[in-house]
Amino acid sequence: MTALLRTEGIKKAYGGVQALTGATISVEEGTIAGLIGPNGSGKTTLFNVITGYQRPDEGQVLFGDRVITSLAPDKVFAVGIGRTFQLTRIFQRLTVLENMLVAAQHSRSQRHTVRRRAMELLEFVGIHGHADLQAGSLSYGQRKLLELAYVLIADPRVILLDEPAGGVNPTLINLIADRIRELNSQGKTFLIVEHNMEFVMGLCSSVSVLESGSCVVSGPPEMIRTDKRVLDAYLGADFDDDVAGQQGPAGTPVEEDPSDVIS
Amino acid sequence: MGRELLQAIVDGILVGGVYALMAVGLTLIFGVLDIINIVQGVLVVLGAYLTYSIYGHLHIDMFAGLAITIPVMFILGVLIHWAFIRRLRGTERTSMTLLVTYAVALIIEGVLYKIYGADQVQVNEPSINGTNASIHVLGFYLGYIYIYGFILAIALVAAIYLLLYRTKFGRSVRAVMQDETAARLIGIEVNRVAALTFGIGVAVTAAGGMAFGATNAFNANSGYDLISRLLAIIILGGLGSVGGALAASIFMVTLESVVTVWQPTWAIAVFYAALILVLLLRPEGLFGKKAVRAQ
Amino acid sequence: MTALSRGAAIRGGLLVVALALAIAFPLVFTNPAVTQYGVFAMIFVTAASAWNIFSGNSGYVSLGNAVFYGSGAYALGLMAKGWNVQGTQVFDLLPLVGLIGAGIALVFGLIALHVRRHTFIVITIAVFFIFQLMAFNFSFTGGSSGLNSPFLTWQPVPYNQNFYFIALGFAVATVIVATLVRRSRFGLQLRAIRDDEDRARGLGVKTMRVKMTALVITGSITAMIGGVWFYYINQVQPQTGFDPLWDLQIVLMAFLGGYGSISGPVIGALIIEPGTLWLNTQPQFSGGYLSEILLGVIFLFVVLVMPRGIVSTGAEWIKRLRSRGRPAVVPAVMTEQAGAAALVVGGTASLQPQAKDGGQ
Repeated sequence: MTALLRTEGIKKAYGGVQALTGATISVEEGTIAGLIGPNGSGKTTLFNVITGYQRPDEGQVLFGDRVITSLAPDKVFAVGIGRTFQLTRIFQRLTVLENMLVAAQHSRSQRHTVRRRAMELLEFVGIHGHADLQAGSLSYGQRKLLELAYVLIADPRVILLDEPAGGVNPTLINLIADRIRELNSQGKTFLIVEHNMEFVMGLCSSVSVLESGSCVVSGPPEMIRTDKRVLDAYLGADFDDDVAGQQGPAGTPVEEDPSDVIS
Repeated sequence: MGRELLQAIVDGILVGGVYALMAVGLTLIFGVLDIINIVQGVLVVLGAYLTYSIYGHLHIDMFAGLAITIPVMFILGVLIHWAFIRRLRGTERTSMTLLVTYAVALIIEGVLYKIYGADQVQVNEPSINGTNASIHVLGFYLGYIYIYGFILAIALVAAIYLLLYRTKFGRSVRAVMQDETAARLIGIEVNRVAALTFGIGVAVTAAGGMAFGATNAFNANSGYDLISRLLAIIILGGLGSVGGALAASIFMVTLESVVTVWQPTWAIAVFYAALILVLLLRPEGLFGKKAVRAQ
Repeated sequence: MTALSRGAAIRGGLLVVALALAIAFPLVFTNPAVTQYGVFAMIFVTAASAWNIFSGNSGYVSLGNAVFYGSGAYALGLMAKGWNVQGTQVFDLLPLVGLIGAGIALVFGLIALHVRRHTFIVITIAVFFIFQLMAFNFSFTGGSSGLNSPFLTWQPVPYNQNFYFIALGFAVATVIVATLVRRSRFGLQLRAIRDDEDRARGLGVKTMRVKMTALVITGSITAMIGGVWFYYINQVQPQTGFDPLWDLQIVLMAFLGGYGSISGPVIGALIIEPGTLWLNTQPQFSGGYLSEILLGVIFLFVVLVMPRGIVSTGAEWIKRLRSRGRPAVVPAVMTEQAGAAALVVGGTASLQPQAKDGGQ
């Protein structure tokens, strides 16, 4: 399978802080890929670079054969890469339906069709009942669904989700995961940044781990789960707690031995 | 001609220093509170009137009068913030506060008009800004008031710098300027910092007002012209940049002063033209930060 | 009749009634002193609604629309003088004035729309002062004495009546344009810009083009009504054509009625303009400063107490009184425009209620 979305050696610094130090990841078409890493490892920055909100100091972003490093956000969107934000960015004063329409490109003659499609997507994520309400009145979880919906209306090939499960109740998390799987089965590719390990491990077929601005390891979830480098990256913080509850490959509990971590 | 030009440049620099004083306060307020304080113009006029009255009625030297006017203006600033600005929140905050401060400016202007009438006045303390109160250096006339004013301006700007960079309070101010949420998270009382900064920003108008009042004939209406200049200055210098305000003040006022030699009526247009030019080339101003696109 | 179509019928009905009243006004009250109020009111309804088309929708508050207003006035005066146009033919020049307003808006937009919102407001102020300065100092603008318009040979009563209908025509047309903008995709994009410009741009909205178009519309309408005003009062001077308080009044009208709504500026203008005119006839206000203080106070009151405007806030209070205790999810129609406003002019935030296709 060819990599649909790739970054090569992305470097980005802010003032004195080196946010990305040569980040190289790749996402195969038709997969759900995960991007994890401790706070400050550069995940959101990498998203920003991929989607054109920031320009890297070095490195390239490739979409299929095409270099899209220097494209502005709207061009990246037009190319087929959609993206949601950690702190949901919706148009508060517009209605839910109107939010959908902003993202849709349509002429006067197609208005009806577009509106129908918008309603379909709203139904898909389950908030169609709120179509005529102000988006600002939605709950946090509902906003995340709205963001997902309007990113979809342009029918992107790749969807970047920035913490889709963050701050959302478990039922909604399951709904979101379900929807992602369904979209994936229709051929959409996903790259998901998340802190929620269960979510990532349960959903993604491939996970990349970012640490201090570059990718330290990448592979299927089972491999990542027990990789020493990943433990190192998280330095025993929340990741270790998650791991401690998991079973190791042979059914034995993974040990939290400090000397292992600091080797 | 050359002599005139040089005199104009010297004048420009000296007066620019005084404008810097008022502009620094304005840009500081923007940096910390993210609002454009339109009241600043009319507060300078208020400061001028205060000095005028204090000198006229109490016969206190205008510089000594600062001991009264600066604290008074500081308190006024804190009050204005507390009464009108503190409660404005939300996404439309910038536009709203601008309108609110414009409204407050109107009210203060109206009140000043009522108290002092429409006649133009000037603070006249013969020993400082009388016709002979100047020194002759290399054939140039430097009025005492301008020199004292410039020195005062430098001193106060330096004081503000010291406050910002050497005190704990100053550190809080700079933290809020950089990231309000983060500052809040580490326990900084943002509201208090905002109120005090507003007060400081307004307090400097007392000094600016004194200098302005001593070097210009003014009345309640003078606020408009002043605030438009100040706004142009801080935008040129970069909103929130203290150094930028200083540099832009001196630059713009000197430019205007020089152009006045040839074309007095259009000099003010040059002021604004410079602003527009800079904005076309560098939208964030000379020393401002580029607006970041990502969330 | 469903609730929605009943609402639409009420809305339509009220509109017709309002229009009928507006048309009947000068025919019933023929006294020129009274109709004068009407003329000015309609002029301001036009100007405030025009302001709203750009500033209300995009969120870019302009404190310099007087630039268009005054320029329109001066343009009409200069053309009438220069080409020796007299009488009713002067009105034929108005479209040209509109074009000039559009041109100024274009240049202005190119300079000012690249910057952040607060900088934009300041630039509008700066440009305003430049124009005032030019009006004062250029000889062809007549300097501080300004320009005089050609005379119209109408008698006082028809004079006011005719100007009233002209202004009313402009007002109605502007409201129609505002409604069309609101309902269009263009309007949607404008409002998205107001909420989150960067996000809108990231989703493919051509923000510069959209903002420019709105500004050009606003500029040309404001210029034209400025021309009408000039011809009505027969003269323009730098301080009247370019009056900072005029700018503030317009903004206040839009805010009072409801910032961003269509009926807002209409209601705001209808309240404030006659009010201002009346106050100016009272002796204690003619000094000048009291009206300034009052303007400031009212402004503060509106912005701090009812930032969403009198209609929205009023409707909210009514709703709150009626549904005491019951938490309600606020439908877009209520918060954005509020029921009353929606009844007056079809200024709903949501789109036309569709026949339910696909079922819901």
